Amino acid sequence: MPDKGLGQLGDGLLFTAVVLYALAMLGYAAEQATSRARQRVTSVRAASSVLVGSGPPVTVPAETVTVSAPSRAGQFAFGLTGIGWVVHLTSIVLRGFAAHRVPWGNMYEFSSAAAFVAVTAFLGMVVRGRIDRALGAFVMVPVVLYLGLASSLLYTAAGPLVPALNSYWIKIHVAAAILASGSFLLSGVVALLYLLRSRYDTHPKAAFPVSLGRQLPAAAALDRMSYAVIAFAFPVWTFAIIAGAIWAESAWGRYWGWDPKETWSFITWVLYAGYLHARATAGWKGRKAAWVAVAAAGALIIDYYVVNIFVVGLHSYA
Amino acid sequence: MTTPELDEATRLTTQPKPVEQPRRGDPFGPLRLGWRQLTSMRTALLLLFLLALASVPGGFLPQRKINPVRVSEYIRSHGAAGRFMDRIGLFDVFSSVWFSAIYLLLFISLVGCLIPRSRLHLRALTARPPKVPKTLKRLPVSASWVAAAPVESVLDDARAALRGWRVERRGSELSAEKGYLRETGNLVFHISLVLLLIGIALNSFYGFKGTVLVVEGKGFSNTLALYDNVQPAKRFNPSSLVPFTVGLTQFHATYGDDGKALTFDADITWSRDGKPSKAYDLRVNHPLVVGNAKTYLIGHGYAPHIVFRDVDGTVVDDSAVPCLPQDPQFLSTCVIKEPSTKATQFGFRGVFTPTTVSDAAQRVGSSYPGLRRPALTLVAFAGDLSLDGGTPQSVYSLDTTAMKAVDKGQAHALQPGQTWVLPDGASLTYVDTLQWANLQVTQDPSRRLMLVAAIGIVGGLLLSLFIRRRRVWVRAGEGADGTTTVEVGGLSRTDPERFASEFAELVTDIRRERA
Ligand code: HEM
Repeated sequence: MPDKGLGQLGDGLLFTAVVLYALAMLGYAAEQATSRARQRVTSVRAASSVLVGSGPPVTVPAETVTVSAPSRAGQFAFGLTGIGWVVHLTSIVLRGFAAHRVPWGNMYEFSSAAAFVAVTAFLGMVVRGRIDRALGAFVMVPVVLYLGLASSLLYTAAGPLVPALNSYWIKIHVAAAILASGSFLLSGVVALLYLLRSRYDTHPKAAFPVSLGRQLPAAAALDRMSYAVIAFAFPVWTFAIIAGAIWAESAWGRYWGWDPKETWSFITWVLYAGYLHARATAGWKGRKAAWVAVAAAGALIIDYYVVNIFVVGLHSYA
Repeated sequence: MTTPELDEATRLTTQPKPVEQPRRGDPFGPLRLGWRQLTSMRTALLLLFLLALASVPGGFLPQRKINPVRVSEYIRSHGAAGRFMDRIGLFDVFSSVWFSAIYLLLFISLVGCLIPRSRLHLRALTARPPKVPKTLKRLPVSASWVAAAPVESVLDDARAALRGWRVERRGSELSAEKGYLRETGNLVFHISLVLLLIGIALNSFYGFKGTVLVVEGKGFSNTLALYDNVQPAKRFNPSSLVPFTVGLTQFHATYGDDGKALTFDADITWSRDGKPSKAYDLRVNHPLVVGNAKTYLIGHGYAPHIVFRDVDGTVVDDSAVPCLPQDPQFLSTCVIKEPSTKATQFGFRGVFTPTTVSDAAQRVGSSYPGLRRPALTLVAFAGDLSLDGGTPQSVYSLDTTAMKAVDKGQAHALQPGQTWVLPDGASLTYVDTLQWANLQVTQDPSRRLMLVAAIGIVGGLLLSLFIRRRRVWVRAGEGADGTTTVEVGGLSRTDPERFASEFAELVTDIRRERA
């Protein structure tokens, strides 16, 4: 039987994590407000050559260098994100213990885990120096909104699974789906930021929201980041779909039946394949490709939320 | 970077080049142009978007293959618009002409693009890395310095630093390349997509799917005639059915207090070619595999065991009657036909309720799917069951046109062990309750091919997205008084940031060797 007390503790911790993320979001915003000017200068100076040890200068393209100016508020915000991450992880683990199963059996749990993946990816990339911490404000806004919506609208108390979900394939298929969708959501946010920034680059005098672009990393860096995340998530998503087909075959006796959930996963997959092709096709690089990434993230959201809530199918388990 | 030489040296992919105009006077010009258009990246991209777009109605509208009832409701409630949508295939998206046209074009484009790409890549795999471009400074990353060592030792150092790369020396120049597996992976991925489609096609030509309802204590053998419902593919050959038999010993279901199902198990025995039979626990997610036939548990229900005695007391029927569940609490509809009586025939229609409750209006219902207070509530009819009419009748429906309701159509509720004696002396006894399981058998001749394709798709993608293909060139020129001017340049198809630091390390390595 599910353990009520543990389940409630897990829910409470998730709420705490959301509060911590929200505070972190404010910290990142404060950092941006103060560090804008300095960042400009450093990134210009760092532009054309980098010294490697005592060797000769190696010429590299200017836009690959991003430098962030350190600030108290930013460090504080990053620390809060880290603590929020630990609390979030604990809430997921407790949920698993409370329900005696993997903690991703319904939409509430699924959303929490997907947001966790997005935060993990963000933290990981900052720690490895692949992206600027200043992006935190833009990443935390959707994460907080997403978790807030998930824990109010989709809330489900810890409980057992229906028999069809009770398989080791759920661990594999759903874990891969969460990993991929958390990453896709992050890449969708970054693609939007890229669109904002590149619009700002061509229209520097434009009004809000384009004016936000000033505070963002260089367009090329955002573009590369969103590609890197999609390049990671696409094979995982592909694997998730294949694992799902194998699971469907063992549960329902067919690999694929164009159930609404399957259909939307397919649409999402095709759109991301389109994104990867677009980047390799002359005339489609840059903004057009970014719009494809945004559309694909939209299909993913339809896949999870619209289909589960409004469309009847075999997958309606929430 | 526009010189033809640099262009060739910097091509790190077999991607088709943008389509150019055909030469004048070529009689096949337009054809050639059309084919090049079809197999271009731009067309592939367009077709991918079209494929996604064409799937959208399938993701929002009910589909006939999945839920025919909802489709007819939808059409009825949308009038002319609904009928129009039906005419253009919006309720059969994935078998519609336009959907098929898109994916067929996509796969023609894919095959047409894969053949030349595979050939190009095979050539690249066996070829030497391309010559050093004249101006290394024009490459995305480059460096140059003057070394104190002579040319030969600088080249040796460069070779040592380039361990793991394919290196080709031409005079005092080195060309090095790495990451061929990227393109290999990309081709494997696309070829596996084609294999997947072939697998799907094979299955739709030679596959088989059948369902059969089996009551506890009974069984079935894998022959076409015994199925309740079969969907053989176009070219399916009945002799390819795997010869095996299955017997259902017992079915168990457990439910939570709220009536939600927790587990389903069917204890079965099976045997192939008359060999001794083996026991198997058939569950959801745990199908029985015999050869290339897979048996699944896809449904279950109750089958009250009844005994019917004729007016003279002889038993004319002693069987379990499968009832069809109608709601989550397993209120199920039952039909019983007694054609083998001496005089008038009898038919019964009613409901079986595993946990019986009745409301103020005396309507029976079920409040829980498990067997807590089972009851069989029936109305009886006497007369002619119209079974000889020639039109086959479903065992689940009763034709009462030639029958009269017994007891003015008054329903009788029976509990296990109870007997209903009809006015003329015949009787129906509800003995106890058995369960039935619905089994589905599928034979898919392409299962192994699909597995290979799936592995190729994921594996190919990983290689194609995580391996970076890159080239580095080194030129060593003799300078004054025994020094050497060294020029190094390189490029990578992806991830310029990582390549820039890799390149910087390479440069330091080359210099350090003889520090
Ligand atoms: C069934 C439809 C197709 C799907 C799902 C698909 C999917 C993909 C994916 C996911 C990639 C990304 C791998 C990477 O970036 O390295 C890719 C790359 C590629 N695809 Fe396709 N593809 C399809 C059809 C085609 C067709 C018809 C062509 C022929 C024009 C084609 C040519 C290419 C090329 C050249 C690349 C490599 C891009 C590069 O890295 O330069 N694909 N494809």
